[in-house]
Amino acid sequence: MADRIKEHPILGESPEGRVVTFTYDGKTLEGYEGEPIAVALRTAGVMTHRYTAKKHEPRGVFCAIGRCTDCVMVVDGKPNVRTCITPLREGMCVETQYGATAKEETL
Amino acid sequence: MKIERYDLIVIGAGPAGLSAAIEAAKQGMKPIVFDENAKPGGQLFKQIHKFFGSKEHKAKIRGFRIGEELLQEAEQYGVKVVLNATVIGLYPEKEITVKIGEEVKHYKGDSILVATGASENMVTFKGWTLPGVIGAGAAQTMMNLHHIKAGDRVLMLGSGNVGLVVSFQLMQAGCEVVALVDAAPRVGGYGVHAAKVARLGVPFYLSHTIVEAEGEDHVTGVTIGEVGPDWNIIPGSEKHFDVDTICLAVGLSPMSQLLKQAGVEMKDTPGGYVPVCDDFGATSVPGIFAAGDVSGIEEASSAMIEGRLAGARIAEYMGYMTEEKRLLRAEELEAALSSLRQGMFAPENRGKLVEKTEEGIPVSMNLLQKGYIAEDEIERYPGVTHTVGVHPVMECTQNIPCNPCQDACSKGCISIGENITSLPVVVAEAKCVGCGMCVASCSGQAIFLVDEESEPGYGTVTLPYEFLPLPKEGDKGVALGRDGQPVCEAEVVGVRSAKAFDHTNLLTIKVPSDMTMKARFFKRETA
Repeated sequence: MADRIKEHPILGESPEGRVVTFTYDGKTLEGYEGEPIAVALRTAGVMTHRYTAKKHEPRGVFCAIGRCTDCVMVVDGKPNVRTCITPLREGMCVETQYGATAKEETL
Repeated sequence: MKIERYDLIVIGAGPAGLSAAIEAAKQGMKPIVFDENAKPGGQLFKQIHKFFGSKEHKAKIRGFRIGEELLQEAEQYGVKVVLNATVIGLYPEKEITVKIGEEVKHYKGDSILVATGASENMVTFKGWTLPGVIGAGAAQTMMNLHHIKAGDRVLMLGSGNVGLVVSFQLMQAGCEVVALVDAAPRVGGYGVHAAKVARLGVPFYLSHTIVEAEGEDHVTGVTIGEVGPDWNIIPGSEKHFDVDTICLAVGLSPMSQLLKQAGVEMKDTPGGYVPVCDDFGATSVPGIFAAGDVSGIEEASSAMIEGRLAGARIAEYMGYMTEEKRLLRAEELEAALSSLRQGMFAPENRGKLVEKTEEGIPVSMNLLQKGYIAEDEIERYPGVTHTVGVHPVMECTQNIPCNPCQDACSKGCISIGENITSLPVVVAEAKCVGCGMCVASCSGQAIFLVDEESEPGYGTVTLPYEFLPLPKEGDKGVALGRDGQPVCEAEVVGVRSAKAFDHTNLLTIKVPSDMTMKARFFKRETA
């Protein structure tokens, strides 16, 4: 679980955003409106964003700037959303991505 | 299909792109800047350390403040910046395609500047794809933009300036850095950056690399091992650390794909695949220019000057500036750029072992191998002297382009001279008043005020302190040596914070006299 930095020696007090709720795999979580979805997930202890299609390997945030696409998830039903650069909105439905879908395929 | 036309299209709103757009706008051009990010400024807003260089390079100003200044200047000159706009195509006819939201738009430029910067390199090892293995840039983004810790216990791979600076930032954000690891036999970045991490107690493992990242669904540990002469891990040298995060700082590569697509002549260099450019960023395709990391990895300070040089050259190309006027401007800018490219870390010295300073003093090998200067090495540098009463001790031992300390001292105690890479020298005749401006001005946090005997048997050391919670006068604890190990008991006898210090607090600790040349950090007693 990654803590929020309340006060930073150089940047001072961290801004507090408006708290919104969203769902992550059906669970209700909170985050600040407008911050990247990945940041809100991280503060809730979520590290694994998706599993690869062939080998079912876990993936999470790697570059945090929208370049590597490792952090993609299914957001509001749409797969391959880069959660590290997509702003969090009230009521968003965020799901772990398996391959390219929100459902774990049964073999 | 409607194609919008601009006299200058800039791709990338980082330090190079914005600087170029400003420079061109100053001459009356109307540039438009596209950036794929939600905020302009590139990586400047993640850089919270004070920059090196001299006044003209904005030395001792923190990166994010330089970013703010640049944005203000861009606004002042009417530079139009379009965000969340990814340029996906660049064509020799100076046309671009830009993805904005779900739409792809076309634009045509009479001139184009590519300032797309660089992306982080990767290394592979067992478990490298596990969540918890992140880029150093990701750590900076999380901590300095989004205000969350990048991890609780972190191992850093890479001892270049990025690895060193981000390690320090991790500690500032309250994360623990368990080790700094590099496969190279020597620290790659500035010695002063290494020293400020080492004195916090972070062990350096040079000639080591990651064997495996451990964990099922995310990182729970890491094993490193020593690299032998054949680049294989020496059996039995493995060491394990419990960590939740592994941070990779293994270099950057220019993002030059758009230039290649446009048919610009390219070249392979040790620093990556870059366009062939003249000194002002002109590529082989008339009207297409490049500046900043995309044309070769350097610091943001150089990127800003390269951007200005290209901006002026573009203004001339477009007829907004006479050649004579442009050459005058270029002369001034090139002088500033060349001074940044001097010293031990100059581009031509990359990868080389420099054994002596410009002054002929042997370089600290301990600094290169362990991150700190050994006690039997420190006395040979001209910034380290002894005298009665308070005086600066400058543990600046490599020739890097930086001189704010010289201007910081109003009493003339510190001399660097004309050559900005020279080591700072203590001027014996000048009298230090202990104001501490030099301590706060040193971007490398390498200056200490030492009074070897402020009272019988005891002396004081004033050191830069950028952590929270800030110790208070009367706090007791231990003084740490350059290697981060406890050397003696210490008491805080003074804490100074001032606007002019810009968040570098000055902590004065009292230690036994014989420890004043050893104590370089303070750790509060955690009893």
